[in-house]
Amino acid sequence: MSPVHYVALSVILFVIGGVGVLVRRNAIVVFMCIELMLNACNLAFVAFARMHGNLDGQVIAFFVMVVAAAEVVVGLAILMAIYRARRSASVDDASLLKY
Amino acid sequence: MTTLTGTVLADAARAQALTAVPATGALKLSWLLLAFPLFGAAVLLLGGRRTDRWGHLLGCAAPVAAFGYGVTAFFTLLGDRDRSQDQHLYSWIPVAHFQVSVGLLVDPLSICFVLLITGVGSLIIIYSVGYMWHDSDRRRFFGYMNLFVAAMLLLVLADNYLVLYVGWEGVGLASYLLIGFWQFRSSAAVAAKKAFVVNRVGDAGLTIAIFLMFAEFGTTSLTGVFGGVRSAGSGVATALGFLLLLGACGKSAQVPLQSWLLDAMEGPTPVSALIHAATMVTAGVYLLVRSNPILALAPDARMAVAIVGTVTLLFGGIIACAKDDIKRSLAGSTISQIGYMTLGAGLGPEGYVFAIALLLSHGFFKAGLFLGAGSVIHGMDDEQDMRRYGGLARFLPVTYVTFGLAYLGISGIPPFSEFFTKDPIIDGDFTEHGTGGWVLGICALIGAGLTAFYMTRMLLMTWHGRRRWAEGAHPHESPPVMTGPMILLAIGSVGAGAFLIINDRLQGFLAPVVGVPPVPHGLFSTAGIVALVLALAGIGLGWVMYGRVPVPATAPRGSFPVVAARKDLYGDAFNESVVMRPGQWLTRLSVYFDNRDIDGLVNTIAAAVGGTSGRLRRIQTGFVRSYALSMLFGAAVLVALLLAVRL
Repeated sequence: MSPVHYVALSVILFVIGGVGVLVRRNAIVVFMCIELMLNACNLAFVAFARMHGNLDGQVIAFFVMVVAAAEVVVGLAILMAIYRARRSASVDDASLLKY
Repeated sequence: MTTLTGTVLADAARAQALTAVPATGALKLSWLLLAFPLFGAAVLLLGGRRTDRWGHLLGCAAPVAAFGYGVTAFFTLLGDRDRSQDQHLYSWIPVAHFQVSVGLLVDPLSICFVLLITGVGSLIIIYSVGYMWHDSDRRRFFGYMNLFVAAMLLLVLADNYLVLYVGWEGVGLASYLLIGFWQFRSSAAVAAKKAFVVNRVGDAGLTIAIFLMFAEFGTTSLTGVFGGVRSAGSGVATALGFLLLLGACGKSAQVPLQSWLLDAMEGPTPVSALIHAATMVTAGVYLLVRSNPILALAPDARMAVAIVGTVTLLFGGIIACAKDDIKRSLAGSTISQIGYMTLGAGLGPEGYVFAIALLLSHGFFKAGLFLGAGSVIHGMDDEQDMRRYGGLARFLPVTYVTFGLAYLGISGIPPFSEFFTKDPIIDGDFTEHGTGGWVLGICALIGAGLTAFYMTRMLLMTWHGRRRWAEGAHPHESPPVMTGPMILLAIGSVGAGAFLIINDRLQGFLAPVVGVPPVPHGLFSTAGIVALVLALAGIGLGWVMYGRVPVPATAPRGSFPVVAARKDLYGDAFNESVVMRPGQWLTRLSVYFDNRDIDGLVNTIAAAVGGTSGRLRRIQTGFVRSYALSMLFGAAVLVALLLAVRL
């Protein structure tokens, strides 16, 4: 089995996610893009695990999912708090923490 | 060469004598000597106002009790005179190779000092009951006096240089407290501070000497040090000798550290008597005589000791000739007499015993003179200027007679004290130290003339001639509690010298500790006769200048030497220009350097960091997407690097 297609898909997803993080202003979309990048990584892990015939990559994929879930919980909570305070979910507006 | 062998033999004999045996019998209780005055001081200083009513009685009882025990110990020791008894009290610093034990060494030398300190000290303290009667702070005064006596006893009884140092500093503390006893007078406060600071200079010498002992011999006990110094070579012995001399200079007010003693007259008169006769200034002489095995191996240091003593005896004598304040004149006299003792210590085995004899007899007549002066000051409403005295003999007869006897004691007239104790020291100069000894001896002879002159001047200005009193002065004799001690001291000052010297009594008693003079002294040596002639000339000159012609009530302007002597021979001016001003310049220079260079460097670094970070913080834009971009770049660079390394 050749992992080329899987890796290519993973790269495409990762780039889409990365560009999304850099160019989108809406925090929720940024979040979704981060999830996309994480899942692109998961895909690569799983593909290589399958290629090598062991479970290491799959186990790591589970870890990544758990961490991603936890991250979303904390991140969305912060997002809610910011939205309530500023009536905006734009990441460019939340720029008080600076020089 | 023969003298060298003689010295070595004497050393060997001394080494044998110094192996102290553990104390037995009555001497087992020698800690009582310290305990009595310490107890007195503790009760009086901690007891508060409750002890006001009977405080002075306890203050007198404690040193008298110590004296009683001292006499017992003296007779016990007299029974077996070749031995010195060491009483181990407790282990003070037990650290691996450094063991310091607190012990009391009762030997002929220390018991002499114990009797002087407690005996003369008790008389002075009893006298203070009368002198300080009207002082509201009397209790504190007696507490300090007891502390003084206790510290001095610890100093002379210590069997260890470190314990000696505790007593040494205790004496410094007590003198500070007593000189500044009337601290509401700013002159007294300044004098106390000066005494303390000048003493610190000398203390530095003793401190370094103790460091050196520990570094070289690993012990500070007297026996250990004296044993170690023999095998250590002359370099160490010479260094130790000079350092101990520096220490002695501070405590004993020797040139160049003499300036504090003249100002120390700011204290109450009994304090002056105690400092000058029984405690404090004798400590330096004790240190030198006690360290005689070190000096024996360091001829250079001994020469320096002799030179310091000679310079000091002339210095003090000249000052004493010109002072109009009776106490300051006596202070000059003390400096001069201590100079003689130091000179005696510088002569080696030739002089030790006479230095101690002079010290003991000086204790009597100087205490007598000071107490007499105190009695006059007391009767004349605190007037201290001798030009305002005159013709007092009729009004204070007892004081006059005791003062006169002490005068005979100090003037060097046979058969009174100083004739016996000072002349052997003068004579010894001509036999020790070669040609230099002749110079020292001639200076010491001049000093003998000076002594007689200034004492005659003091006697005539105070007691004879016409009255020059201030308006409303009513001189009156002091109460018996003051005259009693003066009478006892007068007896001592008349007889002490003859008692100690005739039949070589003191010499035989002290021989195990300080050795025997190699050349026995006759009572009338050539130098002694010349000294006597000079003393008589001094008395004659004194009478011509102050007895035959009336003394003016205001001081005449005086020639250059008189003005110089009135200003303590510019001792203070010397200290000020050589030590104080350069010190101030150094301070200012370092403050300037600190402000400009040290602070400048620190401030420059701080400014550089501040400026850089002020620019760097502009990177923190708060723009989240630019952070994300930099993270992406970072990750890309990291991956690129990893790949580069792998390939």
